[in-house]
Amino acid sequence: MPRIMIGKLFEGVVDYLRVSWKVVFLGIRDFIETIIDFIEYGLSYFPFWVLAIVIALIAYKRAGKGIAAFSLIGILFIESMDLWSEAVSTLSLIITATIIALLIGIPVGILSAKFELLNKILRPILDLMQTMPAFVYLIPSVLFFRIGPVPAVFSTIIFAMPPAIRLTDLGIRQVPTELIEAGESFGSLWYQMLFKIQLPLAMPTIMAGINQCIMLALSMVVIASMIGAGGLGSMVLTGVSSLKVGMAFEGGLAVVVIAIILDRLTQGKSGNNK
Amino acid sequence: MSKLVINNLFKVFGANPKLAIKLIREGKSKGRILKEAGMTVAVNDVSFEVEEGETFVIMGLSGSGKSTIIRCLNRLIEPTAGSIVLDGEDLLKMNRKQLVETRRTAMSMVFQNFALLPNRTVLSNTEYGLEVQGVKSLERKELAKEALKLVGLEGYEDSYPDQLSGGMKQRVGLARALANDPEILLMDEAFSALDPLIRRDMQDELVDLQEKMKKTIIFITHDLDEALKIGDRIMLMKDGEVIQIGKPEEILSNPADEYVERFVQGVNRSDLLTAKDIMVKPWTTVTENQGPRFALAECRKYGLESLLVTGSGRVVAGMVTIDDIKKAVAEGQPSLQQIIRAEDVNRVSLDTNINDIIEPALESSVPVAVTDSDGRLKGVIIKSNVLRALMQERSDDNA
Repeated sequence: MPRIMIGKLFEGVVDYLRVSWKVVFLGIRDFIETIIDFIEYGLSYFPFWVLAIVIALIAYKRAGKGIAAFSLIGILFIESMDLWSEAVSTLSLIITATIIALLIGIPVGILSAKFELLNKILRPILDLMQTMPAFVYLIPSVLFFRIGPVPAVFSTIIFAMPPAIRLTDLGIRQVPTELIEAGESFGSLWYQMLFKIQLPLAMPTIMAGINQCIMLALSMVVIASMIGAGGLGSMVLTGVSSLKVGMAFEGGLAVVVIAIILDRLTQGKSGNNK
Repeated sequence: MSKLVINNLFKVFGANPKLAIKLIREGKSKGRILKEAGMTVAVNDVSFEVEEGETFVIMGLSGSGKSTIIRCLNRLIEPTAGSIVLDGEDLLKMNRKQLVETRRTAMSMVFQNFALLPNRTVLSNTEYGLEVQGVKSLERKELAKEALKLVGLEGYEDSYPDQLSGGMKQRVGLARALANDPEILLMDEAFSALDPLIRRDMQDELVDLQEKMKKTIIFITHDLDEALKIGDRIMLMKDGEVIQIGKPEEILSNPADEYVERFVQGVNRSDLLTAKDIMVKPWTTVTENQGPRFALAECRKYGLESLLVTGSGRVVAGMVTIDDIKKAVAEGQPSLQQIIRAEDVNRVSLDTNINDIIEPALESSVPVAVTDSDGRLKGVIIKSNVLRALMQERSDDNA
């Protein structure tokens, strides 16, 4: 059996892209970097207690008293471990990655629900994006974007986007036929159909997709600290690699707190809202 | 000219519908097309006309193609061949823009499972059709409120669909369709998902509403009783083909074939018999100005205990009993006017259902007077008429 040189082929493609598409990647890098900086600047503009109160208020509105109290205590706890600035840079990475993943993922999901062919093409690609071990595409993205937060965000986008696409697609497909017929029979145009019927009815499912997207982004951000993402992930990484158990544990705890807050904030919608 | 004319409509589901049409024209049966070409002929050469202001019921069992037909009428399903002419214009030749315009203004649809948007209030659901047309918010709220009032849902504007019962949900569906003020209402098994009592109420209300609105309604159902109750004309379908088109009485009295006959057998015909069908000509009546002696003679002649008395224009004035007549003769009264009992006569109108006549006919010895809308005597019903009609019913059912 001849050896299929798919690894070499991949290397070749990466090299080609790196050299010939340099301008494109530089453009993408600047774009992502600007967003990260903007969000991080915005978040660190306020002292931590302002953010703590704002998040607690949002949590109170969307998920109730318990989660609001948890958010407040959790953020105080992170600050007391002296990890707030790391938490902010991690948060800005997550937010950037999630926003971009959703901006691409939701429209793609809508198109995939509409065009069966696109859905067929997408399915294996999404499988690949989700199951390929994350380390494998960390390296090429470093080659494209150099070390730093940008390749981290890029890898995170790839890893976190599939549920947004899948659940948007599913949500729109699940809208009952009769409602689509009702929309049609009253003479809705395609965009009226989309915004007045399909998206509102698919919203709970899309929200679940957004929630999944955020959770995956968070899990990836820790791994991405290996290529210089900074933030809480690098705390954990340094802690682990220099056998500072306490430091790693503190970083890990902060990640858990952020995860729980973000999860409850985005889940609240599908649960108690009508 | 008819409001809506459907000519030679076909709908074939499958890989190559045009080929299937060709095969049908060559005389191949549906079964062979399914077997040889793998295509389903759901609507097979259907033609019918619907008059303006008519309630036209398409009825058949599931799989008869009735739901496909109604969806062809607004092109939710694209017909394979044929023409659908609305006010002289063929819907199938319209481009997308004209079609959307027609859907917005000319025809609205009511759905079996209501098809309400769960995230919108009743009012907002009712507004939907106007909203997509771009009607201004204030105006469409006004129109939607009127439509809700029409279906008796005043005060529920701010409720959400899942707070309503099935019957109320379908009222919203109806209001949403009416808010557009369409010329044609397409109702797809609109009452089939409701429980029987609510269903009857809704049928009654539709009939009442229709009397006011005079819309052209195309109503799909699998229930013959429903079809007979609301339909001006009924089209019976089987396997995508029309079996019979006719008025309810025609279908009952003259079933086109065994299939229709089997359908008709299940119907409770006493629901359909009215006073007009069972009344007989009165043997004799007297007028209020005739004398008691004449009345007495009439009673004796026909062996009656009482007589119906009519006034001018044969309006029913009341009745007289033989005892009162004898007394009047003895007292030498000149006319019957003193002894007329106006209240003791049961009056029913021509279209009163037989079920509502049984009681008055059985409990009184005086014939029930059947009158037209001006109170004129048209006929009488006595016990035996009712019983005979009901007996006949029974023997028909057993046959």
